[in-house]
Amino acid sequence: MEKFAPVKRSEDGQAVRYLIVDDSVFARKNLARMVESFGGQVVGEAGDGVNAITEYDRLNPDIVLMDITMPQMEGIEAAEKIVRDHPDARIVMVSSVGYQENIVAALQRGARHFVQKPVKPEVLYEVIKYVMRDDGVAARGAGAGV
Amino acid sequence: MRMELIQPFINSADAVLAQGLQSPTSIENLTMEEEAYRRKGVAALIWVTGDIEGRIIFDLAPETAVRVASKFAGTELPESDELVRETVFELANQIIGNAVTSLNDQGFHFRVHPPALHTADHGPKTSEDTEALVICFETCIGDVFMNIALRYSHSHRLEAAVGQ
Repeated sequence: MEKFAPVKRSEDGQAVRYLIVDDSVFARKNLARMVESFGGQVVGEAGDGVNAITEYDRLNPDIVLMDITMPQMEGIEAAEKIVRDHPDARIVMVSSVGYQENIVAALQRGARHFVQKPVKPEVLYEVIKYVMRDDGVAARGAGAGV
Repeated sequence: MRMELIQPFINSADAVLAQGLQSPTSIENLTMEEEAYRRKGVAALIWVTGDIEGRIIFDLAPETAVRVASKFAGTELPESDELVRETVFELANQIIGNAVTSLNDQGFHFRVHPPALHTADHGPKTSEDTEALVICFETCIGDVFMNIALRYSHSHRLEAAVGQ
């Protein structure tokens, strides 16, 4: 995997804390590998929307990477519920179903961005930097990878 | 089955597999399935409902599934590993999700359901209005099969008839 300059929280210089939500263990591991290559820390994982809400309340992560098609509660509904209780929540939808209606629905319900699967690390990296722009800073050096 | 429904799945499988395996793929063969489907190994079954309805089975021989999963995981996985099945599911999800995105942009609206493990050795027989097409993709680490049985939904066909 390419080398990316770490994205840190500007407030304290600490690693960005991620909650990864996907019903696929494989997808969660894959995303975890990517965000760790960005200098991030995976603080929690969930396999459906219901658990995502519980884990968000418990962990208060900096960013949520959220799948859409999941059992029990889909990602867009979970994102809406999280943002309703936590208006500053940064949720990035990560889904293979990337048609416009889905993207618009996710953004209207509070998601900050949308990344289509299969995820390219360089695309996710840019999205993370964009979403963290008010609070995050990419460290210099180490080759940006993009 | 109309080719306009199938082509997005072929394009999507080609793109997802080529990107993940970092190697080009080709279609080894493409056949209409007249008999009940016979599972090859690790298979994910995904249903779609809406303007188009039906199912897609994404199927790999056990040894191919292990090689593909190991490639995606970046490490050698044992055949029994849960991650092998998970990888097949996620690949199916990505291929079908990308195809659905393309079809949606063409005006078809439908929903993809989460993948389920297809454990039966034989699938349902095809019917006159839901023929199944089996596509075999040749990849650098083995063959990947997609069995697609889709049709326009009753309501979509009615709308089309009224519109004529």
